[in-house]
Amino acid sequence: MGATHSASEEVRELEGKTGFSSDQIEQLHRRFKHLSGDQPTIRKENFNNIPDLELNPIRSKIVRAFFDNRNLRKGPSGLADEINFEDFLTIMSYFRPIDTTMDEEQVQLCRKEKLRFLFHMYDSDSDGRITLEEYRNVVEELLSGNPHIEKESARSIADGAMMEAASVCVGRMEPDQVYEGITFDDFLKIWQGIDIETKMHVRFLNMETIALCH
Amino acid sequence: MPGRGAPGPGWGLLLVLLALGELPRAQGVEEKPGGAHGESQGFQVVTFKWHHVQDPYIIALWILVASLAKIGFHLSHKVTSVVPESALLIVLGLVLGGIVLAADHIASFSLTPTVFFFYLLPPIVLDAGYFMPNRLFFGNLGTILLYAVIGTVWNAATTGLSLYGVFRSGLMGDLNIGLLDFLLFGSLIAAVDPVAVLAVFEEVHVNEVLFIIVFGESLLNDAVTVVLYNVFESFVTLGGDKVTGVDCAKGIVSFFVVSLGGTLVGVVFAFLLSLVTRFTKHVRIIEPGFVFVLSYLSYLTSEMLSLSAILAITFCGICCQKYVKANISEQSATTVRYTMKMLASGAETIIFMFLGISAVDPLIWKWNTAFVLLTLVFISVYRAIGVVLQTWILNRYRMVQLEIIDQVVMSYGGLRGAVAYALVVLLDENKVKEKNLFVSTTIIVIFFTVIFQGLTIKPLVQWLKVKRSEQRDPKLNEKLHGRAFDHILSAIEDISGQIGHNYLRDKWSNFDRKFLSKILMRRSAQKSRDRILNVFHELNLKDAISYVAEGERRGSLAFIRSPSTDNMVNVDFSTPRPSTVEASVSYLLRENASAVRLDMQSLEQRRQSIRDTEDMVTHHTLQQYLYKPRQEYKHLYSRHELTADEDEKQDKEIFHRTMRKRLESFKSAKLGVNPHKKAAKLLKRERVQKRRNSSIPNGKLPMVSPLHDFTITEKDLELPDPEEAPSYDAEEMSGGIEFLANITQDTATDSPSGIDNPVFSPDEDPGILSAVPPWLSPGETVVPSQRARVQIPHSPSNFHRLAPFRLSGKSVDSFLLADGPEEQPHAPPESTHM
Repeated sequence: MGATHSASEEVRELEGKTGFSSDQIEQLHRRFKHLSGDQPTIRKENFNNIPDLELNPIRSKIVRAFFDNRNLRKGPSGLADEINFEDFLTIMSYFRPIDTTMDEEQVQLCRKEKLRFLFHMYDSDSDGRITLEEYRNVVEELLSGNPHIEKESARSIADGAMMEAASVCVGRMEPDQVYEGITFDDFLKIWQGIDIETKMHVRFLNMETIALCH
Repeated sequence: MPGRGAPGPGWGLLLVLLALGELPRAQGVEEKPGGAHGESQGFQVVTFKWHHVQDPYIIALWILVASLAKIGFHLSHKVTSVVPESALLIVLGLVLGGIVLAADHIASFSLTPTVFFFYLLPPIVLDAGYFMPNRLFFGNLGTILLYAVIGTVWNAATTGLSLYGVFRSGLMGDLNIGLLDFLLFGSLIAAVDPVAVLAVFEEVHVNEVLFIIVFGESLLNDAVTVVLYNVFESFVTLGGDKVTGVDCAKGIVSFFVVSLGGTLVGVVFAFLLSLVTRFTKHVRIIEPGFVFVLSYLSYLTSEMLSLSAILAITFCGICCQKYVKANISEQSATTVRYTMKMLASGAETIIFMFLGISAVDPLIWKWNTAFVLLTLVFISVYRAIGVVLQTWILNRYRMVQLEIIDQVVMSYGGLRGAVAYALVVLLDENKVKEKNLFVSTTIIVIFFTVIFQGLTIKPLVQWLKVKRSEQRDPKLNEKLHGRAFDHILSAIEDISGQIGHNYLRDKWSNFDRKFLSKILMRRSAQKSRDRILNVFHELNLKDAISYVAEGERRGSLAFIRSPSTDNMVNVDFSTPRPSTVEASVSYLLRENASAVRLDMQSLEQRRQSIRDTEDMVTHHTLQQYLYKPRQEYKHLYSRHELTADEDEKQDKEIFHRTMRKRLESFKSAKLGVNPHKKAAKLLKRERVQKRRNSSIPNGKLPMVSPLHDFTITEKDLELPDPEEAPSYDAEEMSGGIEFLANITQDTATDSPSGIDNPVFSPDEDPGILSAVPPWLSPGETVVPSQRARVQIPHSPSNFHRLAPFRLSGKSVDSFLLADGPEEQPHAPPESTHM
């Protein structure tokens, strides 16, 4: 009795922190236990067990994002070795749809958080700047799904994108000026006017669809 | 319809758009005596044979009238910005119909169902499918299907039943209609019409989600309409008493058969079409034909099998677009695009005009105020109720909520159109006693929705502040981030163990990449089909356009020339270079270059026989620096080949490469990519010097040498334009070549068979047409001739004549200086910054 009481307490606490409903939390908890093999924490290796993830070209970056201290709100840089359920939920909560009841300010904040997640994924060395090398790296991985695109093309695309970013963020540059990389503010600028409503939301269902399918 | 009963003699032979009536016949009669006279006189030099050409002639005249009317409407921007074109066309039709009626005392022309369903509707629907933004469509497919299926059934049932209820109350007076007739009428008036919706919504520019929902609904509800119509028509034929439960069950089953069957036919034909276009490499000229013929066949096939023809051709377009666009050459893609747009918009024009004309016929009108008004009220009210109810359900599952405003626009945007009209005209007067009442009411409904709602929807959208679609330039960053998000989302769904849109999309794209694309796409196309690459191409092209446009604006030919000369470097460069280029890349480059030369050589030889060398040099010079003269291509007629093809393609390629080069140099300076800039520069200088020293004494330069010379020229040319290319750095060859190399790989594999169409990526909305830059059309290509450049290595004797251009910036050699003045007049900009 006491155990269930404390468990529900815990769930309520998580609800407040992450904004998930208790059903969703329960569902995600089941998934978490499935992934971790009934351990309290998940390590990177656990993600290898997800067959569907194998084909994802930026798999490593996504998995890494789960352990990124910046995303876990635990520190300015570095990686966690393992994450517990709460951390797992924190990451998942980046992808919650925007609540219809939220006011404009909250929506903006929410949007910023989501973009920060993406930014952190690009900015692998946590220096607050997406440098050309980092960008190239991401684009190469993104396009690695298509075996016909050579690395060179990926690179030039990244270069083009970087130039575009430079022109968006700095405007006209002096000939000797050098654009060092995309800061988070620049990143927001690039995203200005782009709807992310459909782009960064996952419908967390109350049902375990995978379980139903298998 | 009276007009239908008078088919001309050539009815089955030609594309018959109109039923012919009194007017042409009267004229034909007048001519007859002349014809008889002629026979008796033996051979006549000139005979007037109106009958001979009557049908096609009248068709052509009507098309001309409609097209001229369109021109007329667009003369005044004020009118077209307020009144939708469809409404104007209907009014014009009414006027023309009135004129014909006044002259003839009988309505001679009308829109017949045969013509409408066989010739006018397919191009419109095909156009809709082929340019369907697939991702948006499939992302909202659930919503669209609900509206299309449940919404249409709801509309049909409620409208029919309510009308019946009012009829029973006696408000409509004495009519010979039963319940089933009302339901039949309800089913044909219920469906939102794709033609009308598209015509009006294209001008309104609501946001894309709203647009795709209304538009998708109007396309997909066809299956429902067809089934309901057929079911109730057969019920009416059977008679109300004999309808059993089994028949109703059959009706429901037939819905699934008709819709799924139609879709399947479309998919099968799309597969065939994609497969066929994979092998059309050697028959480029008829390539676009396949697209039209096969999709039309899908329409006819499903019509033959009494499946939903609209669904078939829609899905044929939707499914084939990706593969077809990748397979066919750029020219063919443009042809397909323009032809499709032309046919669709022509058909639309004719449909609306003839809706107007058909209405002017005293024989079809039967007025019943209560019936007409109540129909109008019911269809509007029930549509609104239906939309609200369905949206309420949908919003619980949708990520992007449909707000009240959206719902208002959706209800209001439920326009009825020619499909309803054609269906009601198809009714059999013997079975449906009040056919004329139905016809008149349908016409009123169509006119009301198209004219009144069409007129008011724009102000309504503005007044409600509906989120409009934003026309933004595609951004590379946006595409990349979008791609990243796709992967992230599907990963999150994988990790959290859910099957959502992203999961399905991810699985589909994997399947597509692994199997479908391999079967349906050319190998070369598989490489460059990636959307991100497309956007990249597109942006580069745009950049190139503005670059050249800027040069033109300033009147500086040097500005234009500089990229072209530096391009020659890349095309002609056939000795392996010792520097940064990877082996495979340079190989590809060479391959590309030699291919170019082969083609050009034959052309050159032909010309060589006509002109002497001296002339040629001048000619080349002019050609290189000026616009390409058109007649160059015209004297070589061939039905199966477009001679201009290669050159234009190459020009475009050159543009691409040039741009990349320019971008690269900009980038390397801006982003500080290349730390060895200085070293590279020195090395290059050295090499250039060496080359020149060693080769010039022979009077015959090895092929490599122009490269280095140009490098320098290019640098000099760039200097006067610090603004445009603030840091263009010619010495940045290492980076430049690297960049160029991978691009060339793309083009090398594509050309000459087919450059992946960069400007028009699959998801673009139909409106993109207007964005095609006019200079892309063959006549106005700005890039200097390829020929001139390619020719040089083959006729070394000419070289010294051209050399001054290349080296004018340098002018170190006395040998060159001596020759210089002779050529100066051809290159004024060159001298300006010497």
